[in-house]
Amino acid sequence: MFVTSAYAQTTAPSATEAHEGVAAHGGNEAFPPFDPQFFPSQILWLAITFIAFYVFVKRVLMPQIGSTLEHRRHTIAGNLEEAARMKEEADAAIAAYEQELADARAHAHEIATKARDEARAKAEDDRRKVEASLEAKLADSEKRIASVKASAMKDVGSIAEETAAHIVERLLGGPAPKSDIAAAVKAARE
Amino acid sequence: MAADKVDPIHQFHINTLVPIHVGGYDLSFTNYALFMVIVVLLAGGGLYLATASRRVIPGRAQSIAEMCYEFSAAMLKDSAGNEGMRFFPFIFALFMFLLVANLVGMFPYFPTITSQIVITVTLALVVFFMVMIAGLVRHGLHFFKLFVPSGIPVVILPLVVAIEIISFFTRPVSHSVRLFANMLAGHITIKVFAGFVFSLGTLGALGIAGAILPLVMVIGLSALEILIAALQAYVFAMLACIYINDAIHPGH
Repeated sequence: MFVTSAYAQTTAPSATEAHEGVAAHGGNEAFPPFDPQFFPSQILWLAITFIAFYVFVKRVLMPQIGSTLEHRRHTIAGNLEEAARMKEEADAAIAAYEQELADARAHAHEIATKARDEARAKAEDDRRKVEASLEAKLADSEKRIASVKASAMKDVGSIAEETAAHIVERLLGGPAPKSDIAAAVKAARE
Repeated sequence: MAADKVDPIHQFHINTLVPIHVGGYDLSFTNYALFMVIVVLLAGGGLYLATASRRVIPGRAQSIAEMCYEFSAAMLKDSAGNEGMRFFPFIFALFMFLLVANLVGMFPYFPTITSQIVITVTLALVVFFMVMIAGLVRHGLHFFKLFVPSGIPVVILPLVVAIEIISFFTRPVSHSVRLFANMLAGHITIKVFAGFVFSLGTLGALGIAGAILPLVMVIGLSALEILIAALQAYVFAMLACIYINDAIHPGH
């Protein structure tokens, strides 16, 4: 309903107006967009304004916007490059750090091993020295024991002869010849 | 009197502001010429001021201006390729001029430049002749291969060529009428519904209640018209890009 009445209103006045216009003023009141009276003016002013706008766009706006966009692209690309470079640096630093850590660990291990070996060697050495000195002392003691034993054994004969002489003196009331006693002791000891 | 108030054609009237007559031609500075100047100042000044600071991180206005620029560039590059970028200043100027003209026309009492068919025809003819001259300069007579699609059986070739030639030469018509008719019809429709609001409003309480529906229609149509204003500017520029592609790559 609205649509039909709208059509009625749009077409009716303009149609009658146009007809009247054609009749009365020789085309002055035609439907304005189709009125050729203003065509030259419209075209002229469109040409003037549009060409001016075109020249402005080409000479001023395009370089301005274009350079801004180009600059932005460069900045972004540069920043990305910088970021990539920094990342590489960081990666290199991490790699170097890890390498150093590994080196340090290896070094520490080496030092520990060396220290352990040295300690072990020293302990072994000490032990050997102590053992050697102990053995020397042992040998010494044994020698002394042997010499003491030998001297003791050497005295045994004379002590036994003396003791035997004393016992014989008590028992017999007089001294016995030494040679006899010695022979007797010798016989007894053997 | 009442018919005058609701006359939806009134908005398209051309009024002479400064009469200029040269050699029998009426070259007067009209209200439409004034708005051409305003549109150019708005578009040029707006884009200039928005991008004058050349910031790497753009503000809102600069973002919009750059969006328009890159949108036009993408539109041309997608249809005509890198070689077509020679026409970028023209396409960018055309798109911005039409977009701003259509949007300015959405303001009440402001004439819409593109609702005058002589304007759209002039622009369409500029595109048409630019394509033809660029094509002939670039490809010489090979440009006419445009009318001979490859891979067509010889039997129906004359028919196809005839159709291609007709479609090529009627391009300015469809190109210009599409924009003109959209703007004209849209503005007439809005004014018709606005006329209903006015007419019904004078009929008393019942009329005012009844006027709500056309008022809602006017609001809806205005929103639609803003969309169409942007869309038709895009369509006009897009078609220009496609025609330019024909000048650069005439073989189908």
